[in-house]
Amino acid sequence: MILSGKDYSEQIKELDSYIDSLPTKEGKLITVLHKAQDLVGFLPNELQNHIAEKLGIPVSKVFGVVTFYSFFTMVPKGQFKVAACLGTACFVRGAGAILDEFKKELKIESGETTEDGLFSLDAIRCVGACGLAPVISVNGKVYGRVTKENVKPIIEEYLAKEVN
Amino acid sequence: MANFRMHILICGGTGCMSSHSPEVHKNFIDILGKKGLSKEIQVLKTGCFGFCEQGPIVKIYPDNIFYVGVTGQDVEEIINEHVIKGRPVQRLLYVDPMKKSPQEEHKDIAFYQSQVRIALKNCGLIDPENIDDYISVRGYEALGECITSKTPEEIIKIIKDSGLRGRGGAGFPTGLKWEFAQKSASDKKYVICNADEGDPGAFMDRSILEGDPHAVLEAMAICGYAIGADEGVIYIRAEYPLAVKRLQVAIAQAEELGLLGDSILGTGFNFKITLSLGAGAFVCGEETALLNSVEGGRGEPRVRPPFPAVKGLYQKPTNINNVETYANITQIILNGPEWFNSIGTETSKGTKVFALAGKINNVGLVEVPMGTSIRDIIYKIGGGIRGGKKFKAIQTGGPSGGCIPAELMDLKIDYETLNAAGSMMGSGGMIVMDEDDCMVNIAKFYLEFTLEESCGKCTPCRIGTTRIYEILERITKGQGKMEDLDALKELGEVIRDASLCSLGQTAPNPVLSTIDYFYDEYLAHIQDKKCPAKACTDLLEYVVIDEKCIGCTLCARNCPVSCISGAVKKPHHIDQSKCIKCGVCESKCPVKAIIKQ
Repeated sequence: MILSGKDYSEQIKELDSYIDSLPTKEGKLITVLHKAQDLVGFLPNELQNHIAEKLGIPVSKVFGVVTFYSFFTMVPKGQFKVAACLGTACFVRGAGAILDEFKKELKIESGETTEDGLFSLDAIRCVGACGLAPVISVNGKVYGRVTKENVKPIIEEYLAKEVN
Repeated sequence: MANFRMHILICGGTGCMSSHSPEVHKNFIDILGKKGLSKEIQVLKTGCFGFCEQGPIVKIYPDNIFYVGVTGQDVEEIINEHVIKGRPVQRLLYVDPMKKSPQEEHKDIAFYQSQVRIALKNCGLIDPENIDDYISVRGYEALGECITSKTPEEIIKIIKDSGLRGRGGAGFPTGLKWEFAQKSASDKKYVICNADEGDPGAFMDRSILEGDPHAVLEAMAICGYAIGADEGVIYIRAEYPLAVKRLQVAIAQAEELGLLGDSILGTGFNFKITLSLGAGAFVCGEETALLNSVEGGRGEPRVRPPFPAVKGLYQKPTNINNVETYANITQIILNGPEWFNSIGTETSKGTKVFALAGKINNVGLVEVPMGTSIRDIIYKIGGGIRGGKKFKAIQTGGPSGGCIPAELMDLKIDYETLNAAGSMMGSGGMIVMDEDDCMVNIAKFYLEFTLEESCGKCTPCRIGTTRIYEILERITKGQGKMEDLDALKELGEVIRDASLCSLGQTAPNPVLSTIDYFYDEYLAHIQDKKCPAKACTDLLEYVVIDEKCIGCTLCARNCPVSCISGAVKKPHHIDQSKCIKCGVCESKCPVKAIIKQ
């Protein structure tokens, strides 16, 4: 299957065998979507069609669930996923300004991906590391007590990784 | 089991792991190994100690010495000085901000002195990935006792007598909930653990699952026996990967020892537990929305009645409690309902875990008896407000709760007092705010949250929260009108009365409580177009104080929109029509001659 210009046949094969291995398909839509997003990275329409067929449910139900939950995305995310925590603890310690700084430096809004596909930016709700507020994470790595001045060096840290 | 002369406990909670505790853990193991000490010194990775502000935490038994802010480089010194020579490393001890002296022992630290730990009893004490550790602290004894020598009715009576109420929000009596599910006749029933801790700023459930997962599994099995269910589901946020992993490990270990699965302890009682991952929707913490999500659908709430105890998961009778509620169960069975009942207030028994965060010195998890005053939590345990600022308000209950002003600091916290004060217990988030926090802005923050998280099924919540948010947005921009205050109140009341589930019913609380307690602040925004806390940027002006300005030109050179003018060594001036209020000039000025007002 070609999605967004890339061949994902291998991943789809793995997804299919995962679905076939489930003891029951009842109530498993969210579990299957988690698996699909793990494998492919995003859940475009073609993939939703495929999952609906495999599970024997209407595609409208799949679409309804994908768009309901913020965890699922229909567009590819960047290679480096920046998540700025906007939980209350981080908010009162200035998380809003940190998010704005990332928007400014990366020139994207939250929820978007840079044109080169390197960075995506999301505002998230509480990673539970409130002792370190304000917190951001990049691909799951948590940075605590972030200041506006830290934003550029963090981005550069990942740009350097890309060059290497 | 090997006999160790010393145990080194390293916090493996999310907070400390983000502060690089895995490196500390690895260095302890490596260096002790090199020195040939691995057989006499045990290194354990435990759950959360609660003192997240000071992480990573390392605790050494039997000396009971408590180290804070330990880095990988400190490990060698701790081993050489403390482990080998018996001299605690002074520079890594916790320094009490009030007493200004280093505190060696755990019990000397004010943060822990006023706490009573029931739900968090084993957090920071045992290795959560080792079931033997849990069994050594009387783990699975309560389950054994229940299924071999107690009837379901006896267990439900114990829980009812204990006075335990749900720790997830509204505080419904747990024993009664179990009884309803038990009395619903059916061939199939379910036990669900609600671990969808969506309240931003609350992390107690995550810490319990990371630090003591077996306590929750054991309690769910006891509940299953009491109500006649053979299947349990833990609905957990996908955002908590560490808790998910520890639960998976714990379930596998319990199954291997026959403490979960078929015919537990040979009694013929079957109980299995599976995990169901959430996908990022706050409304799924509402129990009927949660049911729909476990079934793989959109997490929209159902109309109640029928309640889940009658028609729950797949239309079968289901008991749903949250993590902290379950974490109390085994202790109640082991120590008796009278013991639990003796702690707390008239209507609220036992303890409550709060996630203390915001502008407070000791951010972390605290467990205190019901009836503890806000003052004690903030000053005795929390170590006071950061940077010596003035305490303004405390927000409890997350987006469903309200803001309680400093004047009510002596309020003794329980379900009823918080409700009477216009807030609620909720899951136990407690955000401390100081003089720099604008209450209108905070109300706007919460409404932005609820409007995004509203599932959209019922109109009052979907449209109402949007309208409230728009009004608050206007007020914080200086475009508010006096009629807006009446509109906010009226909208709030309609949303509260007409929404389908508790997300909508409680959504107006942050607005209504701040209008009640901080009316002057709303007035200042609307009438004077000023933000007293200087937080709303649209109502601010950056100005140069001529007498202080030394004309160094630093501000002018750094201004991104070049709106600052002035000659060298002469006072500068900011052109308000061009200023974008970014604050760069204020932060660059070496003599603090630029202020916001």
